[in-house]
Amino acid sequence: MNETLVRTAGATPVKDGVVDCDIHPLPARPDDVLAYMPERWQEHHRVYGSHFRAPFRESSPWPRAAPAISRRDAWPPNGNMPGSDLPFMREQHLDLHNIEFGILQVLGFATGSQRNLDYSAAIASALNQWQLDYWCNPEPRLKGSIVIPTEDPEAAVAEIERWAGHPAFAQIFMTPRLTEPMGRRRYWPIYEAASRHNLPIGIHGGGHGAHATTGGGWPSYYIEEHPTAGQSAQALITSLIVEGVLERWTNLRFVVVEAGFAWVPALGWRLDKHWRRLRSEVPHIERLPSEQMHQHFWFTTQPVDEPERPDDMRRTFDWIGWDRILYASDYPHWDFDDPRYAFPFRLSPEERAMLFRDNAVSLFGLA
Amino acid sequence: MSWRDVKPIDCDIHVVVPHTGVLLPYLDDYWRDYVTVRGVRNLDMTSYPPTAPLTSRPDWRPATGHAGTDLALLRRHVFDELGAQIAICNVVWGAQALHHHHLAAALCRAVNAWVAAEWLDREPRLRASIVVPWQNAAHAVEEIERCAPDRRFVQVLLLAMADQPLGREHYWPIYEAAARHGLPIAIHAGSAYRHATTSLGWPSTLLEDYVAQASGFQNQLMSLICEGALSKFPDLKVVLVESGVTWLPAFMWRANKIWRAMRMETPWVDRPPAAIVRDQVRLTLQPFDAPPDAAVVERVIEQIDSDRTILFATDYPHWQFDEDEVIPAGLSADLARRVLVDNALATYPRLESLS
Repeated sequence: MNETLVRTAGATPVKDGVVDCDIHPLPARPDDVLAYMPERWQEHHRVYGSHFRAPFRESSPWPRAAPAISRRDAWPPNGNMPGSDLPFMREQHLDLHNIEFGILQVLGFATGSQRNLDYSAAIASALNQWQLDYWCNPEPRLKGSIVIPTEDPEAAVAEIERWAGHPAFAQIFMTPRLTEPMGRRRYWPIYEAASRHNLPIGIHGGGHGAHATTGGGWPSYYIEEHPTAGQSAQALITSLIVEGVLERWTNLRFVVVEAGFAWVPALGWRLDKHWRRLRSEVPHIERLPSEQMHQHFWFTTQPVDEPERPDDMRRTFDWIGWDRILYASDYPHWDFDDPRYAFPFRLSPEERAMLFRDNAVSLFGLA
Repeated sequence: MSWRDVKPIDCDIHVVVPHTGVLLPYLDDYWRDYVTVRGVRNLDMTSYPPTAPLTSRPDWRPATGHAGTDLALLRRHVFDELGAQIAICNVVWGAQALHHHHLAAALCRAVNAWVAAEWLDREPRLRASIVVPWQNAAHAVEEIERCAPDRRFVQVLLLAMADQPLGREHYWPIYEAAARHGLPIAIHAGSAYRHATTSLGWPSTLLEDYVAQASGFQNQLMSLICEGALSKFPDLKVVLVESGVTWLPAFMWRANKIWRAMRMETPWVDRPPAAIVRDQVRLTLQPFDAPPDAAVVERVIEQIDSDRTILFATDYPHWQFDEDEVIPAGLSADLARRVLVDNALATYPRLESLS
């Protein structure tokens, strides 16, 4: 399906380097992560395994585009999983694309999907120590995301307290499909802690939640399921605004990762229009929803939406606000966006700098 | 041009079943007993609380009872004040959300008979959608066959969220029958509450529920395309009613992109999704989710890139606009003319024969 391109080094989009806001690391061996867990939970993992709110233990309900959801050329020479070999990641991505900083997004292990909350807390702690030891310390260009046991907010806050202020961690990591919509009070302790430590929260699309993938039931095909990340993102923004989270903690910053961006303006228009109509239901929401969206949300570009007329991508960025767009590659996954080719229209030097680097540097405080 | 110069075809107004009692004359003995003895007083829907601001514009509310229940008021508002020449009424009612599919069939049959007798017979400018018990496709086809000879029924009505995605083959007999009779499939906002209205779970407010309807339409359109339903029935038109409209360009870009990448998974989808949408999918005008900025509206209309796609609709008595500001600033005069009349005539073969 996807042919390996002959890649030429040198043509970098930004002289000063690129910030890639979505890189997926995996352990070369699961034991690399499990070794950080107390023996009780290692034993639990050996006997009962991880739990996904999905029918298959190891496979997606919708077969993905490619093995390990990955580019066919992303398997390291040692045969381990894509994204598990730092020297190969350096060669194939970080060096080739002049990546100045990369934000790690740890999928797998599904902390929010576990039956056993104490086990999910043990996994989250282990993943954070593993990120530091295997990735961020050996490769300072890579910044970690604090993985939390989302469904146990008290333990999640403890994990945030453990890592907040550590220069290797750029943000808190969440996925959107939880037990309840993201704005519900169950999750407020997480937002309080994020606000107190002024940490951005990255919300990575997808995952298996407690509910059907669409309001009208379960889709049949990956081709349908893949774009539902966009609808989930619309729901999470709606929930965070309507529950009043953003008016309560006014410094919160959310990064919507891997859900596209072309839908963002229409969601703002819809929220504004119907908020005006139903204000009596939500008198606690005082600020125009689209203003709240612009203030509190950033959007990563991958998988880059492809308007039929390239200039419509520029117009979409104009509507969202250029200061809220962050480049992301999704390395090593199959739908990787190459920073050299992902944007089919001419960017001014200022736009280029914002999109590929400066917005992320300022959001995450990278230096 | 003022849209007032043209008498539009209003493709979405609402007639409301005030309570199950009005349907009793249209039920047979068994079902009349059933709803009486079992106390099925009303099946009005959670998606549209009758007293919520969304459900009725204040100046369209009757002194007593619910909006959409009084023919004299409807005549005044829809035909005299908003100037429609023809209006298609959609009954969004809970027969389509029942689990008991035989009861659903009986009540859908009663609703359609009630609409014909109490509304269409009394007001010749009204048309109606066939309310079908889609829970059971055979029952739904039977109801389509029963109503189709009455050409005042111009389309088949489904909701935006129910048991399973609308592209699934469960629904194909309904699409086959609709296409055979020249009836578009209308998908109206609303949920049968089989699943949480968002993939994140049950929201806390009607506002979130209503905002989520747009996502529901996006998912259903993707399902209809990817399952091959629209390709299987190339003559079928699908009308998305009360969908919000402005999400459509972003939807088409994303659908085209994932189709280019993953079309091996659904080889029966042999054209880019946006081409299928432009050929077979229509959207009613209100609500039109856009800022009051003509430049934005113009751009979105350019992106939709089809002057056949949008159908005039007021969504009466739902409160989507004030006064007569039903046409968003930014629609050109040429496009407005198509939206007001021509597109409806092209979409609904049964309107042309009666106009």
